[in-house]
Amino acid sequence: MVDIPTRRRPLALLTMVVVAQVLLLAFQVRRTDRSRGHEIPLVRYWVVEMIMPFERAGSSVFSGIGGLWSGYIDLRHERSENLLLRRENGDLKLRNRELETAAAEAQRLTASLEFRKEHPEAPMVAAEVIASSSAMLAAQVIGGSADPNSRTIFINGGTNDRIRRNMAVITPDGIVGKIVEVFPHVSQVLLINDRESGVGAMFAGSRTHGIVKGNGSPYPEMDYIVNDEKVHVGDAVITSGEDRIFPKGLPVGVVSSDKSGNPFQVIQLHPGARLDRLEDVLVLLTERELDLKEPAAASSATPETPASGAAPTPTAHSPAAVASKSGATKP
Amino acid sequence: MSLAYNPGIQQDNVEVHKYYTGTIVGSAILAIVLQAFLHRYGHWAELIELPLLVTIYFGVSRRNPASGLLLGAAIGLLQDALSHDNPIGLYGIAKTFVGYVASSVGARIDTEHPLSRFALVVVLFHLHQFVLAVTERALLDRSAPLFTLHLFIDSLVTGAFAVLLFALLDRLRRRS
Repeated sequence: MVDIPTRRRPLALLTMVVVAQVLLLAFQVRRTDRSRGHEIPLVRYWVVEMIMPFERAGSSVFSGIGGLWSGYIDLRHERSENLLLRRENGDLKLRNRELETAAAEAQRLTASLEFRKEHPEAPMVAAEVIASSSAMLAAQVIGGSADPNSRTIFINGGTNDRIRRNMAVITPDGIVGKIVEVFPHVSQVLLINDRESGVGAMFAGSRTHGIVKGNGSPYPEMDYIVNDEKVHVGDAVITSGEDRIFPKGLPVGVVSSDKSGNPFQVIQLHPGARLDRLEDVLVLLTERELDLKEPAAASSATPETPASGAAPTPTAHSPAAVASKSGATKP
Repeated sequence: MSLAYNPGIQQDNVEVHKYYTGTIVGSAILAIVLQAFLHRYGHWAELIELPLLVTIYFGVSRRNPASGLLLGAAIGLLQDALSHDNPIGLYGIAKTFVGYVASSVGARIDTEHPLSRFALVVVLFHLHQFVLAVTERALLDRSAPLFTLHLFIDSLVTGAFAVLLFALLDRLRRRS
């Protein structure tokens, strides 16, 4: 109960009576809401105008606190979600690459078909396209090589995870290497920039084949490209599938430098995969362990120019043969 | 919040007039009825606002701000109720202020002299108009004039009429 001094009682009564009548007015009067184009009771207009600043302030404070909590403090689920998204992004990148490869393949086959229609008299052999439909296993890099001259890493998957020797290890950005040693829970991967590594590759644009060989530096080289071949910095290099380890069409890297050599050009590549900062990789689980000593291996490499006639058998100096040989040099 | 009404707050040196039972209520109702009745016979009736004069007279005579403002509020609300397009409370607010000010002034100065009555009515007429205009502008979004020559003439006519009316109403006082 509030005790009002006697002298101020008339004033208090005046205030009460006036306020009561103002409220009475406000309940009757309707004000045009210009934003909505219709009339609303004045009392509602007042109440909204009176309450909204507090609502806004409260909302701002709570959203700020909520943002602080969810953006800085409560990040328990963010990491797992981030990993999930990265993995999904990687899968999508791979899928995109596959589709790009398939589209390019279809384009080439269309051109071949056109050629076949125009020259029906020319004898042609259809070449089988090896699809990259291997299952994949995600693995994490858990260590590297103790030898500074050796470019190898260890991943947390082994024979118990169906990993076998000579399986391809890739990332969505590019190939990484191949499995060289397998243990029950760990595998060793030979990176493509190791001196003993070799990958069958080709230029994505010109489809010229070569071998990507490691040299111990961060930048592997594309070998067996003749000096007449026009190569530009930035040209994309993809796997050719001839080494029977990496499926055809996976990104290897881009040309970072090019100069004439004897007898082949000296082409350095910038690998697509961040070989020095690998964290998560994918192992392509082929159905059986690849035996690179199998004599039919080299001869089964498919030609890229079906229009040229019968499929050529790789010679000892052909890129496919060298790639297979290079891949077999490691145990 | 509780508010106790205490009517005995007027100053001792000013005479408080009393009226027979029902005089104030009857006068107020008669003023409103007459105002509504005369309004039908032309605009000349608008020159004089009888409810305002009754509010001022009894506010000044009773010299009690609380009863003055309540009388003003009641008369104003009745006037609003009888009007065609005014929301209830428009005249009520204005006459509440007038009743309060009239009774407050009446408690401090002698308002028995015709000249002081005339001046007081003219001033309170404009106060009434001012509160009306402000209320209309603020709450009803109408453009009401605060002061015009026409209003000034009205106030003079009303003041002159009030001198006669108040002398008539003085006869309703109870002899002490």
